[in-house]
Amino acid sequence: MANLGPADYSPYPVATYDGILTPPEGKALLLTDIVDEEVAMREIARVMLTSENATIFPGPQVLYAWNEEAKKKATLIKEMAEVLNAKMIPMYDYRPKYPKIDAEVEINPNHPNLTIWHNNIKACIFIGVHCHYANVALKIVRAETDCYTSAMCALSGHEDAMATIRDQHSEDLARFIQVAREVKQELGK
Amino acid sequence: MSLNKTLVSMEYLLKEAPREKHFITGAQAMAEAVKRASVDMAIAYPITPQSEVMHLVGDIYAQGHIKEYYRAEEELGTMSAIAGAARAGVRLFTATSGPGLLRGLEAIVSWPGHRVPCVLGVLTRVVNAPLSIQPDNIEMAYLLHSGVVLLHAENQQDTFDMTLAAFAITEKVDVYIPVAVATEGFFVTHAKGYVDMTSEELAFNEPDPYAAPVPAMDNEVPPARIQRDAPVQKSNFMSYLIHSVWQQEIWDSNKRAMKYIYQYLGGPIEVQNPDADVFVLASGCAAAQAREAHRYAQEEELSVGFIKVRAIRPFPKEEIRAALKNAKKVIIPEHNIIGWLATEVKAAIPNSGIVVDGPRVYGGMTLPVELIMEQVYMALGMKSETLQA
Repeated sequence: MANLGPADYSPYPVATYDGILTPPEGKALLLTDIVDEEVAMREIARVMLTSENATIFPGPQVLYAWNEEAKKKATLIKEMAEVLNAKMIPMYDYRPKYPKIDAEVEINPNHPNLTIWHNNIKACIFIGVHCHYANVALKIVRAETDCYTSAMCALSGHEDAMATIRDQHSEDLARFIQVAREVKQELGK
Repeated sequence: MSLNKTLVSMEYLLKEAPREKHFITGAQAMAEAVKRASVDMAIAYPITPQSEVMHLVGDIYAQGHIKEYYRAEEELGTMSAIAGAARAGVRLFTATSGPGLLRGLEAIVSWPGHRVPCVLGVLTRVVNAPLSIQPDNIEMAYLLHSGVVLLHAENQQDTFDMTLAAFAITEKVDVYIPVAVATEGFFVTHAKGYVDMTSEELAFNEPDPYAAPVPAMDNEVPPARIQRDAPVQKSNFMSYLIHSVWQQEIWDSNKRAMKYIYQYLGGPIEVQNPDADVFVLASGCAAAQAREAHRYAQEEELSVGFIKVRAIRPFPKEEIRAALKNAKKVIIPEHNIIGWLATEVKAAIPNSGIVVDGPRVYGGMTLPVELIMEQVYMALGMKSETLQA
């Protein structure tokens, strides 16, 4: 049986019901607090480095080489995974997977909890997932699992992630990797 | 843009660009906003009183302000075509009225879930038999639970500003659901008022289909070779969960629109005389009459305040609750029989007993200021000549 999150099976306690919305430009959201980007970056790195089976979920916007920025980001995400000692499981498209998802090798926005349950993932980063699909996935993960979710978004962020940083482009990912290296050294990981 | 317009941000267009005063109808005001919005495509089916707007939009298409425009087969076809065009990542406008809105409603309620950004003009008219083309905003009640962002214009100026703002709000990545701009047919669409307009040389920046929460259906360019809204029709808990969070996401998007209503329109409500004992609260055309009642009351030195509600969805519950915190009565005049605004306000405040239902007019009737003043006098414990008679 799955480990349930604080909301049990109910999908209803989404963040906006508590008045929490996406962070303003230049800021990040850490649970209910608006914080500086660097504070959120450090916390994401700390959680990823100290949680079981930390995993990065790269989405279509960084999985396909559809522009130069996507190629740069993809390279940086591989580096990020190495620094965070994290696995990578791709969300390569958005179709619900019937009759059954192969939870070993992919995650899907319509039933992301299956992959998280199967792999016992306790911390994750969503990156390169189109915002609508990231939002529905994060709501399900929030409701159905005890996984700590982070969203590194190229646009306006995601209030249903436990940590979200917005407007993240390749130079910001490079900065995050640097922060993660520092945190890793501090933790002796 | 073939007309060599200068493309600018909506912030500049609404708040900083120089304006000139024009004396135009509400239909002209809506079409003039469309002219400045770098619209890629307009699709519509004619119905009175919307036909005035879409006729004018047809004119501006012929002048080159819009890239594509066509008359669909009817409203369900219109609204379905809008959903299809949205998947290509283009900026869209349509408008309808009363029975046309209801005919298109099946497609309209699917727009938010499909993350269709578009602007829908709603030029209100009666919907029920016997057939009539007269103004009455009961059709807006059917949009309240559709998921779309719903703004209600008081006059021609609002129609211009709200329609322009709607194009920016609908495309915000954390909103990306349709924005409807409603105003009363005939009372606003066919009547002239002063409108401060920006130059038509200025137009809103063109849309960026890649700055979207869903991939555009460009089948030649990855990562778009993706089925976007696959059905989730399996009868199992997982399917129910998918649909429930999808619905939550629509309403979250609706809530997120509020910050942009503040940014572009100065907020969802306007309050005058906030310390008054009695308030007149209204939206749309009724707000114009309520504003006039407030002026009468000021002249008579009565303790009467005025609240205009600009945003019907997201509904400004907290703002209205705060504005009515110390009110003894709130009078809610409306242009419909059911009183959907009064119902919304009652649900928003803890002391719903202070709500005076009405006065309401419908079926095309006008809303004389005297009707509102009678309620004001009663709320203040005064006698009115009409009531005495």
